Amino acid sequence: MIGARLYLLQRLSALVMAPLVLGHLATMIYAVQNGLSAVEILSRTQGSILWGLFYGLFVIAVSIHAAIGLRIVLFEWGVLPVRRLDLFTWGAGLLLFFLGARAIVAVVM
Amino acid sequence: MENINRKLKVRVWRGTQGDGTFSTYEVPAQESQTILDVVTWIQQYAEPTLAYRFACRVGMCGSCAMNVNGIPRWTCRTHVQKVLEDGELEIAPLRNLPVVKDLVTDMSEFFDKWVGAEGRFHPSATRDDEIAAISPADPKRANANAAIECINCAVCYSACDTIAQNPAYFGPAALNRAWTLQNDERDTAFKSRLETISGRGGCTNCHSHQSCMTYCPNELNPTESIAGLKRMTTRSFLFGGR
Repeated sequence: MIGARLYLLQRLSALVMAPLVLGHLATMIYAVQNGLSAVEILSRTQGSILWGLFYGLFVIAVSIHAAIGLRIVLFEWGVLPVRRLDLFTWGAGLLLFFLGARAIVAVVM
Repeated sequence: MENINRKLKVRVWRGTQGDGTFSTYEVPAQESQTILDVVTWIQQYAEPTLAYRFACRVGMCGSCAMNVNGIPRWTCRTHVQKVLEDGELEIAPLRNLPVVKDLVTDMSEFFDKWVGAEGRFHPSATRDDEIAAISPADPKRANANAAIECINCAVCYSACDTIAQNPAYFGPAALNRAWTLQNDERDTAFKSRLETISGRGGCTNCHSHQSCMTYCPNELNPTESIAGLKRMTTRSFLFGGR
């Protein structure tokens, strides 16, 4: 139950996410292999505009992509009627954005 | 034929939507027997009240499609020997459509969506004008040619899991038809049709399961047509125009 706008938003957000996921995985492996402690990680991320932008963009793309995906799954499973879809999509997107933004603020600020 | 005295065990759906059961019949096996032959034998010799639909018997009219052993097929061109499982057959009405009685489905929804997806041709010329000269080598004509042999049997509609979950979706046949018209130089409704087929019940709902392509008796590929419509939708949305 999606039109052209949501369809394209989901694909474009996937395009944005693909390189960011690889960057995120590479960062995780690097941090673990070098045995970085939480303090050491925070010392590198706090105040970093680059990490803030990297994960900020990631969170925006995830919020859009996942909200539309959940909308389709819940509609096709018969959980949500058509009239609730837009409200749910906005709610799911904003919730994911809030949770993600909160995590970024904690790590970057 | 080695199986000349053999009997087929055939389970046939009797009843209406959600209110019916399978009845079992023993049908004499014959050489080159089709599923439609089996159903006809049952109606003529065992169950006169059995309702089913057919017309041409040669794979042109698209009216005899049924679910055979769980797979949607054109029954007039389906040989029993090719689909028999342990000497048994299960014949049921098409999925995703309301059952009127026994093996007959109400196809209104299927054809309504065909019209709803703007499956009508909107001519740019009258009968008094010259016939449009379109080269068979033209890429758009090639696109249309690849998709045009649809007989509207609703096998793809029955096979489509997206329709099963999302009844508002137009389905493969209607979108395949729209794709042929979007590639027709003589048609004038490109923009309005694109708006319809990229809307809420349109091509963007397709999950590309490809059941339509797998089961289409005419070996068409509606998934590819729908992918073409998705590309058209994307181009139009991002860059506008044709």
